[in-house]
Amino acid sequence: MPDGATVKTAMLEIRDLQAFYGESHVLHGVNIDVRQGEVVTLLGRNGAGKTTTMRSIMGIVGKRNGSIRFQGKELIGMAQHKIPRLGIGYVPEERGIFSSLSVDENLMLPPVVKSGGMTVPQIYELFPNLQGRGTTQGTRLSGGEQQMLAIARILRTGADLILLDEPTEGLAPVIIEQIGVAVRKLKQRGFTIVLVEQNFRFAATIADRHYVMEEGHVVDMIPNDQLAQNMDKLHTYLGV
Amino acid sequence: MFDLLGVPPQVLFGQLLLGLINGSFYALLSLGLAVIFGMLNVINFAHGALYMIGAFVAWLLLTKLGLGYWWALGLSPLIVGLLGVVLEKTMLSRLYKLDHLYGLLLTFGLALIMEGAFRHFYGVSGQPYPIPDALKGGQNLGFMFLPNYRGWVVVASLVVCFGTWFAIERTRLGAYLRAATENPVLVQAFGINVPVMITATYGFGVALAGLAGVLAAPIYQVSPLMGSNLIIVVFAVVVIGGMGSILGAIVTGLGLGLLEGLTKVFYPEASNIVVFVVMAIVLLIKPAGLFGRER
Repeated sequence: MPDGATVKTAMLEIRDLQAFYGESHVLHGVNIDVRQGEVVTLLGRNGAGKTTTMRSIMGIVGKRNGSIRFQGKELIGMAQHKIPRLGIGYVPEERGIFSSLSVDENLMLPPVVKSGGMTVPQIYELFPNLQGRGTTQGTRLSGGEQQMLAIARILRTGADLILLDEPTEGLAPVIIEQIGVAVRKLKQRGFTIVLVEQNFRFAATIADRHYVMEEGHVVDMIPNDQLAQNMDKLHTYLGV
Repeated sequence: MFDLLGVPPQVLFGQLLLGLINGSFYALLSLGLAVIFGMLNVINFAHGALYMIGAFVAWLLLTKLGLGYWWALGLSPLIVGLLGVVLEKTMLSRLYKLDHLYGLLLTFGLALIMEGAFRHFYGVSGQPYPIPDALKGGQNLGFMFLPNYRGWVVVASLVVCFGTWFAIERTRLGAYLRAATENPVLVQAFGINVPVMITATYGFGVALAGLAGVLAAPIYQVSPLMGSNLIIVVFAVVVIGGMGSILGAIVTGLGLGLLEGLTKVFYPEASNIVVFVVMAIVLLIKPAGLFGRER
């Protein structure tokens, strides 16, 4: 596939995003563009502002200003519960599987916001581990299965932009491999994905571009095909 | 007639029925408290006062507008529920970011104001409310006499309690509620308007108190103090059942009503404190309550 990124339309445009938790100023002017159908990662050390960037998109930080436009619509100032209804699905870092809900109830919880979401059989095909577990309490699944469930429930909703916050955190390599396969399949299906990742080896196998964040801004953008030339720089950024 | 444990069966079953009636009110009221606590994390001290207002609305509908019991059964919970929605929107919702204690203080203050206002206008002597014609009379069950109205209260309360339990534990709307109780921010991030759900939950919880008030009106008199007489026991029920546990509130409410009835038969002196003794024991052994989950 030719790299048509430049001709594709921008789906998400973040300009000079500032975010605050109470008194502390966490994001200092973040600029990010995500085009339709891309997989983009946010890399950076702990506390660089990756998760806050995602939470700002969803409107769940204390205060934010600047501009976040999704398919041309400004998200800053929009009522929190309306943002996901535009077609943005959020998979939080802590996975957010509800312990008082069964696996099925967790899967069916997020309301459908657009037509064209995946059906439950398609979801089971993508994550066979979830099949037949419907009545299990959500939090009794293994960590990897909970991660799959957290992704799966968003796929049903018809959201076309998916925010994945550290999907591989704390998981065994074999499960990380499975999640990677799933994310690649989602990309083939045309989902646009923003991924926060500490594990940049994982990120390199699925992403088109990488934004590097440090102390609340984006300090660099590296296309995946230029990753090899930029390894030294990246090691300095990430301190690995 | 045979005796059971040295007690005539009429006495035993009579007290058990009384216990079951009280238990029905405990269950309805503690259910509302549990629903509200689960979602809002507020201990609704105004619950007893809203129960009292439910009974007064029924009485006012009858004496001012000539609308009878069956109208009151529908209208009174609706009116109390709307009052709850107004209280939540205008006052309670401003306190969620503060310590839970502020919600408790606010609702306690509201309860005092509501009770004071009704005392001012209607005194404390209590107003009679007639049993509806359709439920007058009673059944002779052989071992005891069951007044129809009391049977109706038990059945109505059980139906409402288990209907609520089913709606919360087994339906999609209930799944939203349970999820929002656990992690409201994430549920909001799925596109559900959580503040509206919170308001509706408070309205529903206090509507249950209003319903209990209507059911109580023909049994107890309609008096400004009827709520505060009952509410302390109801709080004990909620603590024993486990804060926020729906099934716990229902089962504990009925169970403790029966236990109180039994205590009246076998050791009447203890009947007023038995609930609190149980509460102390439960708190020692299982601090989260019989049906509560440790948080």
